[in-house]
Amino acid sequence: MDLASAKMIGAGLACIALVGAGIGIGNVFSALINALARNPAAQVTPFAFLGFALAEATGLFGLAIAFLILFVF
Amino acid sequence: MAIELHPLDQFKIEPIIPIHIGGLDASFTNSSLLMVIAVVLASIVVIWGSRKRELVPGRWQSLAEISYEFIAGMIDDNVGHEGRDYFPFVFTLFMFIFFGNLIGLVPFGYTFTAQIIVTFAMAAVVFIGVTIIGIAKHGWHFLSFFVPHGVPWVLLILLVPIELLSYIIRPFTLSIRLFANMMAGHTMLAIFAGFVAPLALLAAAPLKPFAVVPLAVDIALIFLELLVAVLQAYVFTILTCLYLRDAIHLH
Repeated sequence: MDLASAKMIGAGLACIALVGAGIGIGNVFSALINALARNPAAQVTPFAFLGFALAEATGLFGLAIAFLILFVF
Repeated sequence: MAIELHPLDQFKIEPIIPIHIGGLDASFTNSSLLMVIAVVLASIVVIWGSRKRELVPGRWQSLAEISYEFIAGMIDDNVGHEGRDYFPFVFTLFMFIFFGNLIGLVPFGYTFTAQIIVTFAMAAVVFIGVTIIGIAKHGWHFLSFFVPHGVPWVLLILLVPIELLSYIIRPFTLSIRLFANMMAGHTMLAIFAGFVAPLALLAAAPLKPFAVVPLAVDIALIFLELLVAVLQAYVFTILTCLYLRDAIHLH
């Protein structure tokens, strides 16, 4: 298998990490909806956005590895 | 007729004023131009907003006061009273990244925060600065940050390297988070935009109206990108405040 094909396959495999990002973001906002449904006066929304950004970042680390494989090696 | 899509061409750096010092290329590029524009915009908001001191603020004064209060509140909540010394740095960081992200969404604008070297420079400054602050404040006691309290010594052999590793990885995660969010967002916008014209021109006649679908997805993505632009500036700043708190308070 030549390098170009291996790069394509590697980049595609690296994007499987985004599954984790999707599950994590779903968890964060499900917890936010639960919390606000129980207590609408709770001020947890800033923490929800912080959690969303950190969970999405982890998935995007996988995407960064995909770009690294495609364009640096 | 083959249509070639180059969604990553939007991140190319083009020199506007070529400057070569020795063997190094220090040209004034489109990235530098956008950085200057972001700084000028941030300065206009703050300087024009601080002209008057009315009790009931007008619009510009409100803008300046809101941005001040936002960052000052963030530092007070997360770093405490000693953090006030670092307010100018955190405020500058937030304004730079905020305006940088937003300007990238303007048509024909360039996102300088989608360059890994820009975000890594900022994250490296934060990391080195925070480490120096911690060592200056606590001396050798700073190393007790990596040894959690009340852990049996058998676990420490495993735990201290893990703590060290997760500390050293901070500048990388901080920079890659901002870089990957900006780059992925703009690349997605470019890819979907690249689907509209081929669908409209090359598809069979009954399928041509479906060229609207990538356009609608792009419009929805712009709203998401606006949210991500503001959110990533907020997350970078609040993580800087949390790292400052770790350095100043050591637990």
